[in-house]
Amino acid sequence: MADNGDPVLRLTGLNKSFGAVHVLHDVDFTVRLGEVMALVGDNGAGKSTLIKCIAGIHPFDSGQIEFDGRPVTVDGPRAASELGIEVVYQDLALADNLDIVQNMFLGRERRKGLVLDEPSMEEAARETLARLSIRTVKSVRQQVASLSGGQRQTVAIAKAALWESKVVILDEPTAALGVAQTRQVLDLVRRLADTGHAVVLISHNMNDVFEVADRITALYLGRVAADVARAEVTHGQVVELITAGRSGDLGLAPQTAAESI
Amino acid sequence: MSTDIPGDGVAKGPDLTKRPDLTKGATGGTMTLADSDFATDRREHDMRSALLDYWHRIKAGELGALPAVLGLISLVALFTALKPDTFLSKGNMANLSVQALPITILAMGLVFVLLLGEIDLAAGVASGLCAAVLAKLITDAGQPWYTAVLSGVAIGIVIGTSIGWLVSVLRIPSFVVTLAFFLGLQGVTLRLIGEGGTVPVRDDVIVALSNKNMPIWLGWALAGVCVAGYTATQLLRWRRQHVRRLHSKPIEFVVAQCAVVAAALLISTYVLSLDRAPSPLITLGGIPWGVPLVAALLIVCTFVLGRTAYGRHIYAVGGNSEAARRAGINVTRIRISVFMIASGLAAVSGIVAASRLNSVATSAGGGNTLLYAVGAAVIGGTSLFGGRGKARDAVLGGLVIALIDNGLGLLGTSAYLSYLITGLVLLLAASIDALARRRRSSAGR
Ligand SMILES: Nc1ncnc2c1ncn2[C@@H]1O[C@H](COP(=O)(O)OP(=O)(O)OP(=O)(O)O)[C@@H](O)[C@H]1O
Ligand SMILES: [Mg+2]
Repeated sequence: MADNGDPVLRLTGLNKSFGAVHVLHDVDFTVRLGEVMALVGDNGAGKSTLIKCIAGIHPFDSGQIEFDGRPVTVDGPRAASELGIEVVYQDLALADNLDIVQNMFLGRERRKGLVLDEPSMEEAARETLARLSIRTVKSVRQQVASLSGGQRQTVAIAKAALWESKVVILDEPTAALGVAQTRQVLDLVRRLADTGHAVVLISHNMNDVFEVADRITALYLGRVAADVARAEVTHGQVVELITAGRSGDLGLAPQTAAESI
Repeated sequence: MSTDIPGDGVAKGPDLTKRPDLTKGATGGTMTLADSDFATDRREHDMRSALLDYWHRIKAGELGALPAVLGLISLVALFTALKPDTFLSKGNMANLSVQALPITILAMGLVFVLLLGEIDLAAGVASGLCAAVLAKLITDAGQPWYTAVLSGVAIGIVIGTSIGWLVSVLRIPSFVVTLAFFLGLQGVTLRLIGEGGTVPVRDDVIVALSNKNMPIWLGWALAGVCVAGYTATQLLRWRRQHVRRLHSKPIEFVVAQCAVVAAALLISTYVLSLDRAPSPLITLGGIPWGVPLVAALLIVCTFVLGRTAYGRHIYAVGGNSEAARRAGINVTRIRISVFMIASGLAAVSGIVAASRLNSVATSAGGGNTLLYAVGAAVIGGTSLFGGRGKARDAVLGGLVIALIDNGLGLLGTSAYLSYLITGLVLLLAASIDALARRRRSSAGR
């Protein structure tokens, strides 16, 4: 049994190009159980690309992924979810024409023989939503097309929380939310970590990051500028890491930061 | 910890015995379901609120079978008013049911393709080619009907697999791939039958599909079984949902739905069971054998689309293929499979059409066949945008198309008017689809 604080997911030397565009350069990234790791960086820094590599959506060019201390190959979304990695994507990836229950169980439907076990899926979906205090949906059989942006976000998070997962990755989960729903999502993020999950939170909002994160990894133009404990840095330093790749002693060597531009 | 990862494929819920308990909220207490949660799922209904609920759903663009059913009723009323004696004659009703068969079967296969937002323009000529193969095997090679049917359907599936592969692996738009097949397959049929030729089909079993009727008692028995089966499934499902306090439709609505289906089935059985022989010397009555074939296909397709994971994945790919891919669904395989189903059912449709004409001509499945079938699916309620549609759409839409064809024929309308009217009806159906779609995405926001 891994304890809190043990690295559950460790990437080393990850490189990823789209054609001629080199998006990720030798990225090292570690997340630990019981910890919220904030992944920050400017638009286009490669945050979404990095998590898509972890989730098996994008194949990467070189590098290694270790899960629970063993090297693994994540060759598809199913492989990732079988390891216990759940991702809430920036674009949510919900099917508009399906209802909430159908979306939450998509690809992992419960069956009785050949037939879908709708009652048990509906009950489980409802329990998960209630446990996360998601109270704004009128019906779990409502089509996702008819939900508001915030409701869609909460459904996507509930979908990740439905499964017994070790690592939950959230790509800008609060970007589209109002004050109250942001509060709920941040509480939920903290709760996930406190109950032993490893959480990766991508966010542009420094207040959110400083409120819930234990560690912060800053990406600058596809390179890791710093991997630091939250307590050791200030808002200003993180902003500098994001915008310039370095801040005082922290960050990329001056010539690396400059040549990346 | 390294071994207890979620099971392969078979979904398990969060196992709270192995995981730290997530139900303990930030407040520390275990959260329970408040009464206010999911209020609409738990509503008790009376007649008034059930009607209101239905009205709200219509307003939100959840039209279901309503437009097609209304269309059917108004067409029947219209043709009855214009041609009371011939249109409602028993002979014509039987004729109508046989006329609708090939379109319906073809449309049912197309529903699968349309659900993905793709199109199969070659389904019509594929049905013609498969029928030609069947006719050649029976008439020229002297093969028994079952060998011929199996070969025809197998060829359909091979065609579908090729189309599906080109669309999903090479990523050529289905419009282009199937347009190429539309042209190419006509050439194959022409080569097979010979220019201007027809191959007669005289096999008893094949001919019986469209030209012979079930014994009257068997017709009633099957209708009874269908009504009982449908009602039982609907009511049991409602009970199960209600007992477990899950989302359910108002019981009033479920009962009304069962009543409509039962009435439609029993009235058609009654009409088709009447003696429609033109001379008093013989008796002619009963349901044509092709009808239970369509009924069986309808039940199977409805089950596959509505109750199996495969069906769910078809809807998911049609709604958001990227979401489906990230959920671990093999999108390529789903894409290939729907084209296989469409072409396989096209083969069956070609065989039924051959049975009706007692022959296969070089033009079989060409002309308007495909467009009528697409029209039928859309009129029935299948969306051209993908992600929405049911097997029953093919039956309802197939009936509408056959009704228009049949009624205008009786009226002696000139060909140009028939084309115009059918085109307008299709346009109307597509507009309803587009408008309902707009309403759906604006509802609830
Ligand atoms: N599928 C793709 N094909 C080609 N280039 C891509 C693709 N996806 C991302 N990129 C490029 O990779 C770079 C990193 O993009 P990514 O989406 O990972 O950024 P991000 O850090 O998530 O930004 P944001 O904060 O805006 O979400 C960008 O330059 C983007 O244009
Ligand atoms: Mg991003």
